[in-house]
Amino acid sequence: MSGTLPAPTIMKAERRCKTPIRQEEKTMGKRKRNNAAPPLEPVAGNGLLHRRALLGSGIVFAGALSTGAALTRASAEPLKDAEWSLAPGEVTPVLQKPSRFEANVVRTLSNPKGEPRTQHARAPLQMLDGTITPNPLHFTILHSGIPDIDPEQHRLVIHGMVRQPLEYTVDALLRYPMVTRKHFVECGGNSAPLFSPQPIQATVQALHGLVSCAEWTGVLLSTLLDEAGVDPKASWIVAEGADALLVSRSVPLKKAYDDAMLAFYQNGERLMPGNGYPVRLLLPGYEGNMDTKFLRRIKVVDQPAMTYYESRNYSPLLPDGKAYKFYFVQEVKSFITRPSFGYRLKGPGFYEISGIAYSGSGRIEKVLVSADGGKSWGEAAVEGPVSPKAFTRFTMPWRWDGQPVILTSRAWDDSDAVQPLRADFVAARGEAKTVPNVLGFPNQHYNSLTSWGIDSNGEVKHVYV
Amino acid sequence: MSTCRPFAAAFIFALALVPAAAIAADTPGLGKPISEADVKAWDVTVLPSGANLPPGHGTPAEGAKLYVDKGCVACHGEGGKGGTSNVLVGRPSLVDGGIAANKTIANFWAWPTTVFDYMRRAMPWPAPRTLSDDEVYALCAYLFAINNLIGENDVMNAQTLPNVKMPNHDNFIVKFPDRI
Repeated sequence: MSGTLPAPTIMKAERRCKTPIRQEEKTMGKRKRNNAAPPLEPVAGNGLLHRRALLGSGIVFAGALSTGAALTRASAEPLKDAEWSLAPGEVTPVLQKPSRFEANVVRTLSNPKGEPRTQHARAPLQMLDGTITPNPLHFTILHSGIPDIDPEQHRLVIHGMVRQPLEYTVDALLRYPMVTRKHFVECGGNSAPLFSPQPIQATVQALHGLVSCAEWTGVLLSTLLDEAGVDPKASWIVAEGADALLVSRSVPLKKAYDDAMLAFYQNGERLMPGNGYPVRLLLPGYEGNMDTKFLRRIKVVDQPAMTYYESRNYSPLLPDGKAYKFYFVQEVKSFITRPSFGYRLKGPGFYEISGIAYSGSGRIEKVLVSADGGKSWGEAAVEGPVSPKAFTRFTMPWRWDGQPVILTSRAWDDSDAVQPLRADFVAARGEAKTVPNVLGFPNQHYNSLTSWGIDSNGEVKHVYV
Repeated sequence: MSTCRPFAAAFIFALALVPAAAIAADTPGLGKPISEADVKAWDVTVLPSGANLPPGHGTPAEGAKLYVDKGCVACHGEGGKGGTSNVLVGRPSLVDGGIAANKTIANFWAWPTTVFDYMRRAMPWPAPRTLSDDEVYALCAYLFAINNLIGENDVMNAQTLPNVKMPNHDNFIVKFPDRI
């Protein structure tokens, strides 16, 4: 699915900004930006500003000047020491925890009592920044609880269509050459509430919290497959975990030999139990359910096993009653995390719009942001280096004039895939007939736009455009 | 870099001591050979071709009794009509239901082997892999029979089960053919 951008509305922000500055330098013979800085230049409607505006020094905040009251104290008071500055603080703990003032930055649970069904823990993405999800906040989905695995006793077996079936201990696997790669993991059902025919009023965490990004360290699967000696007639592997359900997925051998890895470390420390300790499969860019946790067995075969999860949950239905199978790829997606539902803007003036973009097909190439519901777009700043199949943070300076606006973002990746506009997405993939439960999964693989409507009171609502 | 050289030299020396096969593969070779016979207890993967289906058999009548005795009814409801877990009976239209339609064995699942594979590895939820292979065949027979996919006296075994015709078998589109 591809879409084209209405060309006349894109502002070539860089050119528009650089040209006048060069002219000024020529005529005046020296840089005078500190003394006579240009105002922040709009690049799109409703106050979106040039993405480079904040990276340079000495640029005057025209918005701040006109709405200065919002950014400065009405009347300053003399400073004095707070209580915590007057005596030594707490004893240093062995394991750090976030400040008690950040106690609300936690995952939300779908099944907190552990009833006999799947447990989802959604990541609080609207309260995080950067591109790495801290391990305690990484989303998890467990279909039969978290097994308490002793790594000394855990075994991984590779068998089936191989020259020599092999059994590995975790200790042995930890001696292999390791690679470290930054990748997102996303549930194939993430963002499913956006299949609702009406926008569900919920946070980024509720709508998109089944995705996270970490730096994973482990052994390339191809290394182990080569040791076992894969039969040339084989075409798939079936991966299986050591959890009670023995969750199992088929993976094309093509992917297994491409960039699949056995991950042991997550952001520098051993995997969290809920993320698959002591070892999980990691298939960069593919739906998270395929990244078999607690990996204990890989069977090399000549056909997909059509396991429960690939046959049922992750075969998305289409409006005509047919269904996709082997969807695998988490396609290019972006959403604004700040501001988003749950935020309330404290008045007109300067804000930075911030969000996350990623693609299971490669690197994020660009992200456009709109503040007028998609009528005009400006290119967001993207933090580098941009890693393939990983979170990319985008930001956009914005001066809000206090009028209602609609913020939205749209991402492109380096495979030329683009986030489909909602109308195109719904035409191709359909939407639910009734508003589903926000925790439900009316369908899978949603990657269209997410839009936030901000009213004149600064309240943020989820809207469709 | 000079501090690395003695280590590198030691590594090259060490390579001379490892078996030729490991050098040829250029990998550490720390896996222990194991026979397929020793993997068998773990190998519950059943392929759509029927490969790796175990010996054994069961009938719908046997399955109907097991469905109650083994507690399936607690989550899946009487006669598979659904409860806290999935509906197991019925063939509602996927077109009428829209993209959020309930996916059942009869209206959605493409392969009969998926039912056997999943039930054997994962059910009953509180005590997985406590069903005998005969019991799994019987429960499959029961589920296929109440969905009118087989006759009420048909026996399920390694030969008959893979041949059960699933109504929705041909309605799947491979999303990214070049990735397979």
